Amino acid sequence: MADLNTYRAGPDAAGHFGNYGGRFAAETLMPLILEVEKAYLAAKADPAFHAELSYLHKFYAGRPSPLYFAERLTNHLGGARIYFKREELNHTGSHKINNVLGQVLLAKRMGKPRIIAETGAGQHGVATATACALFNFPCVVYMGEEDIKRQAPNVFRMKLLGAEVRPVTSGSRTLKDAMNEALRDWVTNVETTYYVIGTVAGPHPYPMMVRDFQCVIGEEVRTQLKEVEGRLPDTLVACIGGGSNAMGLFHPFLDDKSVGMVAVEAAGHGIETGKHAASLTGGRPGVLHGNRTYLLQDADGQITEAHSISAGLDYPGIGPEHSWLHDHGRVTYVSATDAEALDAFQMCSKLEGIIPALEPAHALAEVKKRAPRLPKDHLMVVNLCGRGDKDVFTVAAALGVSL
Amino acid sequence: MAGSRRIEQRFAKLRQERRAGLVTFLTCGDPDAETGFAILERLPEMGVDLIEVGMPFTDPMADGPAIQAAGLRALKAGMTLIKTLDQVRRFRKSDADTPIVLMGYYNPIYAYGVDRFIADALGAGVDGLIVVDLPPEEDAELCLPSLKAGLPFIRLATPTTDDKRLPTVLKNTSGFVYYVSITGITGAKLTQTARVADAVARIKRHTDLPVAVGFGIKTPEQAAEIARVADAAVVGTALVQIIADNLGSDGKAKPGVADLVLKQVKLLADGVRQARLSGARVA
Repeated sequence: MADLNTYRAGPDAAGHFGNYGGRFAAETLMPLILEVEKAYLAAKADPAFHAELSYLHKFYAGRPSPLYFAERLTNHLGGARIYFKREELNHTGSHKINNVLGQVLLAKRMGKPRIIAETGAGQHGVATATACALFNFPCVVYMGEEDIKRQAPNVFRMKLLGAEVRPVTSGSRTLKDAMNEALRDWVTNVETTYYVIGTVAGPHPYPMMVRDFQCVIGEEVRTQLKEVEGRLPDTLVACIGGGSNAMGLFHPFLDDKSVGMVAVEAAGHGIETGKHAASLTGGRPGVLHGNRTYLLQDADGQITEAHSISAGLDYPGIGPEHSWLHDHGRVTYVSATDAEALDAFQMCSKLEGIIPALEPAHALAEVKKRAPRLPKDHLMVVNLCGRGDKDVFTVAAALGVSL
Repeated sequence: MAGSRRIEQRFAKLRQERRAGLVTFLTCGDPDAETGFAILERLPEMGVDLIEVGMPFTDPMADGPAIQAAGLRALKAGMTLIKTLDQVRRFRKSDADTPIVLMGYYNPIYAYGVDRFIADALGAGVDGLIVVDLPPEEDAELCLPSLKAGLPFIRLATPTTDDKRLPTVLKNTSGFVYYVSITGITGAKLTQTARVADAVARIKRHTDLPVAVGFGIKTPEQAAEIARVADAAVVGTALVQIIADNLGSDGKAKPGVADLVLKQVKLLADGVRQARLSGARVA
């Protein structure tokens, strides 16, 4: 496709990014979805809203997160200069808090007294439970039974924070099913409830709103890299499940033509095995969870189960704006297998003293492939979107170590 | 007979008989294609006035556990959208009058191809579509092409659809309006009949279309109550649950499942028919 003057103009008023996005929601939810949009646009234009959010970012979440030069990793790989955007140092341990603080402030503005969320790895659930504790909202988090098993520390964390974690036993018992169940709760309790979606997906305005709340990542990177290197990055790398950390890093740079962007999907056991979570590489456009986007599905339009060692990437879809960027070729979408992510996970831990979450370990796997081939003045920024404490049991099991 | 005429004629007949109709929902191919069809083909003789055939989908976000499970049973037994249309075609060989409305979610239709789906649905003898995740905001997807081809698109109105929004919802709807009696998923608890009556009256201030009411109606008594205040009562989960309760340990239908479902359908139809004798309002 031809280059556009801007890649940052979307979505249109109906929530479409080209053919993707939209509002494919049940009628019961539509009036509220329209209300969320109206309230968000009003908040976006209100300096008081931004002031409160900035205050929370700074004093509660610990922003700005550092941009760290990963010197040992850079030397080890022998090519590009690698920087980590340290989103794992945020309060609650991932980038998810950026979006949650924004949405919970919005729920407060809208006068909705009850919060629900879905979670995969538990990072979004923990962030939501945290913000709900702070603002004294009752909070219900839907989590697949399978994910509850593999993310036990985060489940306990949510409970400590006062949230109710409801196990989801339908379907594949992972993130997709947690989102179905959260939507069912919302349909039932629409008058009282605000649904905090954790990624850049769902019916409009969610993909746009979550993106906007996550853009703080890329905006900070722009300023921070300018301070230390005096220029823009050459390549941005991020992992992608629904795609919120990638979108937050990429979006502020979309119109900087010199900046290359690589998003890394979870290839699970390998794309060719069918056991993966790579919607763009292995799926095709369809409609699920309120938006049109690339989905893993069979010939009959039935959604197929995703697989990834990382619970946060274990989702058969992807945010609609990513589908659009994919079709336009503005962002390069690649994938990394469970095994490659595990390797990168260990590499980062040993070389940098940073245990990454399994999600950004996928991004690091791509860095490992790409950086050695690049010149030493090539600036590469990778979004370290979460810390790996939650994953130690999964990794131990995968490496055959009993704890 | 053209699709829209069959629904229209059925509601005209109901008005003539001065009674409300019974609409049943069953997932196509639940628990397997043959048992599902054995139920489907005998629904009219049990007194069903309009048939909703559920198109199974892996992720039915507006359905409760019973209908979710029904969809997964049907898919596991090999049901597809092509086979769903085949069942309608087969039904039409012995019944030219009972309207059939397909109900489900958009993705299987989108995967099938919208234009091809509309043509094949009309060809099979389908009379209307209810697609839960296509609100008026997405009318360009399927609603407008369907209407253009003469296939009614039946819209859901809900307790959250206020007077301001109702005209938007009713604008491109045809056949009838499906009022979802609760804010909730299928199979939830029924709300008070008085509230349903108010809602039906509110919708009727905006449209001349018949109003069917569903979600939460389980017993013949409840169906009769709704039949006093609406043009039709829809029962789904209660029937689907009979199937779920009569599966063997292998998940396959026990002998006689179809008869058990049909027996309950007959009781529901009797309930709806008797409603008018005890003081029916006439649409």
